[in-house]
Order: sequence, then structure tokens, then C-alpha cells
Amino acid sequence: MNDLYAVTAIGLVCAVTLIVGAFGLRLSRTTSDFYVAGRTVTPGRNASAISGEYLSAASFLGVAGLVYARGADMLWLPVGYTVGYVVLLTLVAAPLRRSGAYTLPDFAEARLESKVVRGLSSALVIGIGWLYLVPQFQGAGLAMAAVTGWPSWVGSLLVVVVVFLSVAAGGMRSITLVQAMQYWLKLTALAVPACVLLWLWLRDGAPRPHIPADASGEWILPLSGFGGYDHPTYRTYSTLLALCLGTMGLPHVLVRFYTNPDGRAARRTTVAVVGLLGLFYVFTPVYGVLGRVYLPELPLGTLPDSLSLRLPAAVADGHLAGVLGAVLAGGAFAAFLSTASGLAMSVAGAIDQDLLRARLKRITSDDASAITSFRYAAFAAVVVPYALSTAFEPLGLATTVGLAFAVSSATFSPLLVLGIWWRGLSVTGAIAGLVVGAGLAMTAIVLSVLMPQGGWLGAALAQPGAWLIPLVFAVIVITSLATPGRIPKGAGRTLVRLHTPESLTGAAHPSRR
Amino acid sequence: MRSGIHLPTAVLTAGTLIVVWALLLLRSRSRSRSRGFLSATDRATYETLHTASLAGRQLRHGLGPESAREAAGYLRSMLTARAIAICDTHAVLAWDGEGEHHRPRAHSDAQPALRGAGTTVLDQRDVACNDPNCELLSAVVAPLVVDEHVVGALTAYGPHTDAGLARATEEVAQWVAAQVELADLDQQRTRAMEAELQALRAQISPHFVYNSLAAIASFVRTDPGRARELLLEFADFTRYALRRAGQFTTLAEELRNCERYLVLEQARFGDRLKINLLIAPESLPTTVPCLAVQPLVENAVRHGLAGKVGPGTVTITARDIGAQTEISIEDDGVGANPEHIRGVLDGEVRSDSVGLGNVDARLRQIYGDDLGLVVETAPGAGMKVTFTVPKYAPGVHVSS
Repeated sequence: MNDLYAVTAIGLVCAVTLIVGAFGLRLSRTTSDFYVAGRTVTPGRNASAISGEYLSAASFLGVAGLVYARGADMLWLPVGYTVGYVVLLTLVAAPLRRSGAYTLPDFAEARLESKVVRGLSSALVIGIGWLYLVPQFQGAGLAMAAVTGWPSWVGSLLVVVVVFLSVAAGGMRSITLVQAMQYWLKLTALAVPACVLLWLWLRDGAPRPHIPADASGEWILPLSGFGGYDHPTYRTYSTLLALCLGTMGLPHVLVRFYTNPDGRAARRTTVAVVGLLGLFYVFTPVYGVLGRVYLPELPLGTLPDSLSLRLPAAVADGHLAGVLGAVLAGGAFAAFLSTASGLAMSVAGAIDQDLLRARLKRITSDDASAITSFRYAAFAAVVVPYALSTAFEPLGLATTVGLAFAVSSATFSPLLVLGIWWRGLSVTGAIAGLVVGAGLAMTAIVLSVLMPQGGWLGAALAQPGAWLIPLVFAVIVITSLATPGRIPKGAGRTLVRLHTPESLTGAAHPSRR
Repeated sequence: MRSGIHLPTAVLTAGTLIVVWALLLLRSRSRSRSRGFLSATDRATYETLHTASLAGRQLRHGLGPESAREAAGYLRSMLTARAIAICDTHAVLAWDGEGEHHRPRAHSDAQPALRGAGTTVLDQRDVACNDPNCELLSAVVAPLVVDEHVVGALTAYGPHTDAGLARATEEVAQWVAAQVELADLDQQRTRAMEAELQALRAQISPHFVYNSLAAIASFVRTDPGRARELLLEFADFTRYALRRAGQFTTLAEELRNCERYLVLEQARFGDRLKINLLIAPESLPTTVPCLAVQPLVENAVRHGLAGKVGPGTVTITARDIGAQTEISIEDDGVGANPEHIRGVLDGEVRSDSVGLGNVDARLRQIYGDDLGLVVETAPGAGMKVTFTVPKYAPGVHVSS
């Protein structure tokens, strides 16, 4: 019975996604009035769209699961996910918009005037995108398994197919309004069940949560190392640093900034994003705590990520539980689909533009059209992470997303911050930084996944942010100082363009008599 | 955290992959070596050619202190001289090799050649300095002649000179002069292209000016308020079309200019001209060349609708397709013969629909040949003109 509700909700979300993808622009307005047609996307709507795309499986299910499993320290995760936008706001948003770049490789090329840096950036976009897609697919499988009991590949495959179809059609992502709706859909799907569950909890007489404790600490105490994670202070700060700086390097977030008409609008958008994300993350820990009240033990062999989906059945009964479960499952699938299609679009764009198109043209002697090439790229963009997601046991959604943040914070964030604020950045320095950052971050990830260590080494490999990010900054600065000849010729001019407010240049001002 | 990987298997797989990669690398190495078996003469030739191409790359920037300094090293190794100097007509541009203290005198050494004496050989009396250990005792000076003017000189220094060195210096000097000439041509071509672009941009069709003013005049008595409005639109339109700065603008700005144009045309056509807009708001910040859309709209109105009996519609569509924006202008007017349009786009047919050929040429010049105009038309079937612009292209900025 409860299955039926949930499957209907999931089916509905997938169908709507596909329909919007197929019809694309036809859903938007036709007018004969230039004033109506010429209205750019407002910062508020664009912020909703960014938030809608950003809130992934890790936010919707993963945070609650981690709070449930590992206690108070994990409350820093939603803080970190949000604070990343504050850093983005102060350091990057407006200059990036003024650079005219659409993607991260575009920015690298515009700033450093180097094809090599562009190529490296594209490879990183593809790598980070794949790493970020894996937990989305795993989350889909896990959610499907939790609500229906079907094997996990069913859910993953469903999301892979829907994402591939909507990206290959090229329609869905382009519409800001649809992504903006996604945010409000996710917020409703998370907040309404949370309020209902809280009300039921109060009606039950507000029972206290069962607080477990182990040798190293207690669930409710911050920085106690509960769950056998030693050096909790280091881990917490390191995670926080990676999340703060990693947000600016997420490929699917940055492309949305192009929609802002100017740097000022980009700043306003970011401020609104911080507010919207803050609102969303108020609700996620509620599930973790209520889980400790009603579900002290999860069924054997299930990951804590499925906690939110199991909670309604434990708190309520009958149709209410079914409906709440269905709302949560539908919201979770909306989260997988919107984030995954945003990522797949960025990855497919990078594969298509920088790897595939020129080669395909040579092989087929100019026969392949741009669309064919993009479809192959979209296929590669979803198939590789799908293979990875089935080959590896899920690590926990928020943990895997954390890995993507680790790579992005060790590569793109130094490139962006130094590229925007330091004239002396040289091509060699940027290349050295990207190579060292990506190499060490990937090594740390592979080592900590394949052969987990204990002690300081284990903590440093699992959360490399605190040592790796300063190291990469240092590598870039020292290499750049050593190779002043490789500073791009137009660096001074580019920086002036990045930092001059539009009100001075008179460009792109949406004024009307 | 559980690891789902069997550690020995993982290590084994990684090891196998590394071994396979190393084997492939070795194979490709050995292949290239077996293919690369050359005689000593061949190798010397190829090395010289390679050095020449490296020097040529520098000299293609023209004859200046920086390019001369970069090229001097390569030129010296081509001549196998102890030292070489490159001078222009005023000063020494570069010195490469030993005996840097000869540098201040290099320009006076080159004087005969610079004055038109052809290749000259200088001996000990002219060159030798006070330093007994200095081995620069003689030199060959060859002039760099571009367009029958001497623009500089190449001097090779050594302990003694022979006919071989003289000949080689002369040949290298001729080659350098040819490269400098090519650099001049490059510069001229760029300048010609810029001039062409300027000329293309500043084209407001005389018909339009005449028709607009006539339409405004017809309102002056009957509806002075509207006449004033139209006059202001006309002023804004001309300011936009004739402004000199900024080769690029945003699509939003370009559409605003189309609106001005259409308001003026509607004053003339009245209800016969209908406008349909289907604009994705995400496409509005896209950077487009100035006056890329308006000439196409003008073409649709003047050639599509003006000849049509009854009302006509112009539809402007802008779609956001990921990293690109697709813009199309469609009319349901009289259409045209596809062969004629092909001729216009190729620049073979001189027609009064300058807009099409002009926009097409500029798009191709800025974004490459793949992104020109696509025209779908047939007589009596209207016309649809489509083009795509990338959201980002290197060197393309608003207000540059």
C-alpha cells in the first residue's frame, strides 16, 4: 500500500521532468511586447534556480543520515554547504560574471589566455562532475530500495535514463523557472513532512531521543569523536574549509551566474541563495534527531541515508505514513534529477567542447553534427558515474559529495581566488597548482576509500582540506613568482575588466526611458 | 565506512594497468625510433629548418627589440658565428653571443650596409678592439631589404671571415627580410579587416532614413506627441547604430534596438506589421556582435513583408541551448529564391539586401566559419534566418 504512494510520487516527478525536457521553450511565453520579452531573470528567481540545482541527494537525505549516525559534529555540514556561498559572494561572484565566462574552463582561458589550462580545467570539470554524480545515482537506488524493497540498481537506472533523455534533448536545464520551481518543490517536500512529524512527536508527549555513546564519546556532544572517528576537531575544521572553498568550483552552480545581467545582479543572487539554503537546512537535522527518538536501531544492512524515508512509517501509521513517505520520496527524486541533470549537462558540455567535437569531426570527416556529438558526450557523462556507482559500495551520500568538494576546493578555488585577486598568477603556476591539487586530492580519496587508515594519517587522508588547500595556494604562488615570464600579457587589462563596476563602463544596463 | 573492495584484487588490477601502459609506451617509442632513421645530412637539414621555423615565429611579430632578441639566438646557430648583431636604421636591436662589449659599436659597423652599400666584409682594422683576448676580429654585414628599402642589417662576427660565411649571412639576411615583410602584410591584413568591420557596422540603409523621416513628417501636424516620440526613437536608433566604441553588446541591448527600429516601421506599416517574440530570458545576457539582429529584422520587413499583400508577421526567437544561444528571425512574407540568397551570402550577387551578407560575414569572422547564417526560404514561403553564438568566445567582451 505504502509502496504504491511512493512509486506514484516518483513516477510523477520523473514524468514531469521528461515532459518539461521535451517541450522546452514552448512552455514559455510568446508576446508582441518587447518590454515583456526583454525582462532578464530576476536575482530572486535565479537564486531559487541555483538552490534548486544545488540541493542534492546529500542535502536531502545525507545530512539527516549523518546527523543520525554521527551526532552533533555533522551539524557543521549544512553550515558549510551554505557558507560556501558567502565566500563565493565576497570573493568570486561579481568578477566572475564580469569576465563573461560561461563555464570554469572559459574563465581559465579568459584569465590565463592558455589552452593548456583550459584543457586541465575541462578535465577537472569532468572529474568533479563524475564524482558528484556517483552519490546522486547511489542515492536514487537507495531511496527506491528503501520505499519499495526493489534492488538498488532499479532506482539508479531510472535516474540515469531520465537524466540522459532530458539532457540529450537539451531542454530542461535551460529554463530557470523550472529549476526555481524545483527548489520550492524540494523545500515543501522536506518541510511539510518535518512539521507533521514534529506535531506527531509533540502529541506523543515529546519523548526524549535515545542518546547512544561509545568508547570515544557521546552522540550529543560536539567534537567527542563519537562513532570511532578520532581527531574530531581536525576533521570538523578540515571539512568546513573544504566546503567553504569547494562551492565555488562546482561546475553546475557557476553556469547559472551567466544568467545574471551584470556583476551586481550576481551578488544579489548569491545573497538570496544564502537565505534560501539556510531556510532549507533548518529542516534537515530535524529528521536526524527524530530518528534517534523513533528509530534507535536501523534494520540491519541499511545505510543511515535512508533514515528520512523510513521515519514516517515509524512515527505515523496508515495512509498518513504512506502520503508523508511518498512526499519525501518524490522530493528526494526531484533532488537527484535536478542536481544530476545540471551536473550531466556541465560534464557533457566539457566533454563535447574540449574533447569530442574536434575528434569526431576528424573521424567522420565533418559528417557528425554538433547535436550528435553532444549526445555522445551526454551518454559518456552519465554512463561512467553509473558504472562507478554500481561498482563501489555506497560510502554514504554526504561523504561521497564531500570528496567532490575536496577536489574542487583544492583545484578550482585557488585558481579562481588567485586568478581574480592576484595579477602575478602565471600560466605555469596555475598548471602546477591544478596538477598538484588534483593529484593529491585524488590520491587521498583513493587511499582513504581503498585502504582506510587509522590515526592522524587516516584523518588527514579522509579530510585533506586543511593541509591540501594551503599547500596548493603555496605551490601556485611560489611557482608564479618563479616564472614571471609566463604571466599572461593581458593580465592587467583582464583584472581591470573583472573589477570595474558596470555603472562605470556603461555596459549592460537594463535601463528604459 | 566500509570498503567494498578486495584489496589484493585492486592492487593487482592497478599493477596490470600500469604494466600494460608501460608496454604500450615502449612500443610506440621503438616504432618512432625505427621510423626516424636519418642520414647525417638529412638530420642537419631538418635541424636547420627547425631552427629557422623557431626564428621565423619570432620575426613574424615584426622587427622590434623583443622579436630581434628572441630570434638572434636561433639566427646565430644557423650561421654558426661567434656573435651576431641585428640593427635597425637607428640603433642596435639585439646582440647574441660573446664579446658583448662590441655591442655599442655594432651600429656604426653596420653603417655602410645601412646606407645601401650591399653586403660588406669588415676586417681587423674596422672591428678589432683593445682587448687582446677578444676573438671578434672581422665581420660580415648584410642589409635587410624590405620593399627595396633598407630597414636594418644583420652582422655576423668571428675571428676570420670567408666567402662561405659571407654567402650564408647574405642568405639569412634575405630570409629575415622576407619574414619581416610577411609580418608587415599580417599587420596590413588586420588593419584592412578592422576597417571593413567599421564600414560594415556604420551602414544604416538610406531607405530606412528616408522612410522614417517621411513617416514622422506625416504625424507632425496630426499627432505632434507621437511625432516627437518617433523622432526620439530615431535619434536613439542612429546613436546606437553609429556609435564607435564597442564591437559587442548584449542580446538584450540589441533587441532594444530592434524595438526602436520596429516602432519606426510600424509608424509606416500600421497594423499590417505584427511582431511575435519568443525570447528565453536566459539568453538575454549573451554577448552578440553589435547590429547582428536588427539588419536581419530589417531584411525581413523590407524584403519579406513590404512586397506582401495584407498583414505580415515577424517572429524573433532566442533559445538558450547550453553553452550557445540560438537566434532566429522569421517572416511569412514573399520569400526568395534560395539560389539568389546563396549568391548574396557568398558576396557574388550585389543586391540591396546588404544586411544578410554583412551579418553573415561578421559572424564568420568573429566565431569561425561554422557559425554563419542559416537561411531557409522559398518563393512565396516566407524566410527564416537562424544563427548561433557561443555564450563565451575568447576575446569577445561587451564594451571592449
